[in-house]
Amino acid sequence: MSAMYYTKEHEWVKVDGNTATVGISAYAAEHLGDVTFVELPATGKAVKQFEVLCAIESVKAASDIYAPVSGTVASVNGVLNDRPELVNESPEDAAWMATLKMSDPAEVSKLMDAKQYEEYRKGL
Amino acid sequence: MGFTPHTKEEIREMLAAVGAADIEELFRPIPTGLRAKSFDLPPGMSEFEMLDGLRELAGRNGHIVPFVGGGFYDHLVPAAVDHLAGRAEFYTAYTPYQPECSQGTLQALFEYQTAVCRLTGFGVTNASLYDGGTALAEAAMMALRVTGRSRVLLDGAVNPFSREIVRTYLANLPVEVVEVPTLDGTLDRKRLAAELDDRCAAVLVQNPTFFGCVDDYTDISAKAHGCGALLAASVYPVSLGILKSPGEMGADIAVGDGQSLGNPLNFGGPSFGFLAARKELIRNIPGRIVGETVDREGRRGFVLTIQAREQHIKRHKATSNICTNQSLCALRGLIFLSALGKNGLAELARRNRDKAEYAKAALAAVRGVSVPAGPPTFNEFTVRLPKGADETVAALLRRGIAAGVPLGRYYPGMEDRLLVTVTEKRTKGEINLLARELEAALWS
Repeated sequence: MSAMYYTKEHEWVKVDGNTATVGISAYAAEHLGDVTFVELPATGKAVKQFEVLCAIESVKAASDIYAPVSGTVASVNGVLNDRPELVNESPEDAAWMATLKMSDPAEVSKLMDAKQYEEYRKGL
Repeated sequence: MGFTPHTKEEIREMLAAVGAADIEELFRPIPTGLRAKSFDLPPGMSEFEMLDGLRELAGRNGHIVPFVGGGFYDHLVPAAVDHLAGRAEFYTAYTPYQPECSQGTLQALFEYQTAVCRLTGFGVTNASLYDGGTALAEAAMMALRVTGRSRVLLDGAVNPFSREIVRTYLANLPVEVVEVPTLDGTLDRKRLAAELDDRCAAVLVQNPTFFGCVDDYTDISAKAHGCGALLAASVYPVSLGILKSPGEMGADIAVGDGQSLGNPLNFGGPSFGFLAARKELIRNIPGRIVGETVDREGRRGFVLTIQAREQHIKRHKATSNICTNQSLCALRGLIFLSALGKNGLAELARRNRDKAEYAKAALAAVRGVSVPAGPPTFNEFTVRLPKGADETVAALLRRGIAAGVPLGRYYPGMEDRLLVTVTEKRTKGEINLLARELEAALWS
């Protein structure tokens, strides 16, 4: 039973037991424009909630991607090395960036669900 | 609207911020002898009076035969270099960010990059950096970024000016720079091995070394990689006409100064620095990179690429605060390499080596002078004198010869050693003159 959450920085996280899959929202992908490069994090890297996880570059910007939850990077989506455009094509599915082994599942209480995120976006 | 750059109030604020009481205190590090005596300039003069005055000044520079290298070299510059690089289309400070009106400059820089890649044996390079010393510092910064480590090993046989630039760049970062004292002008492999561990981001070496010694760092590449560190080699581009390239040695980054490629001595600058690396490191390279692409109609064109590394996009997270390149000097380098071609560069390198070998024999024959045995050298080498090198150089200057770089200035304990450089421009007659005058200066 997985649940989807969003951050104010436009990352999404799919929580499945102790595993969190991370990517950026369709809204973020659209605003970045054509994505040219995803700098994936190193597996084994430990991150705290809302700290920099990795970075993403598009034709017009370079941005940091923040960890929605604390944990350790368990795996990364190597497909993005050769096909960064996947972020524009399938931001909230095929273009997941990393999975984290969560260290504090209670942290999801600081995140928004899909409905809250949509409200938040409309207010931007 | 006022046209004064700073008000008295602003000057006061800025001085307070750096903790100086007044302007005088701000400039105190500059010796008084080197400061402007006055800004009260004499009245203007006509073009012709000015030219006369300058000719008179230039006439006071007697003719000196140079045997000085140590990073800057007196090489021939084909006439084509001045002619082509002086064309108005190239002779501009304009930055080629708008590809629709900069195709000529961009294509020239793209070809420059191709030449540097072939010369160094690497897959990617940037459109040039400020000079060789800063390029080495940027290579260290790259290695720190790539590895996420904080220790740099610096061979003591690397040019002392470059080492100082590296130390300056890294001075305020949480980075440890470990200098490995040189062993007779070469890398001390035993000491390096003792320092090399998994905390090291980079090993920085030079080929030929500051002492002119030629080395092969293939083993050092392997050792560095074994610890997860990168190897960056600073190289003398002319020597690559006959020497193994850093790429062939398995290095990760090659840097160097391009002055020897079609740029005059210019009293020590400007020149250009180059930095080339393995293709995988492209996103960590500082500076501009020109790429080849196609337009909407499929026609070939050139653009600045992977700009997300750069300041105007990545701001404070840019790979470097470098916001310049040395396009015109780099272009001169390209024209020089194109004029010589691969075989021409090899021939030039051989001439440098052969003339230096002739000079070695000529100087070794001077009474009391010896050329210490050691590894092969390219176009500069160490001689040991029976007197101090500093006073000997001063005596030879009075005889119209700049005999070399006294090594004791940079290496305590080497006061009797002189670094002599012989390029293709030095004639047999000039080399014989150096030997004769050296004997006279030592024994008269």
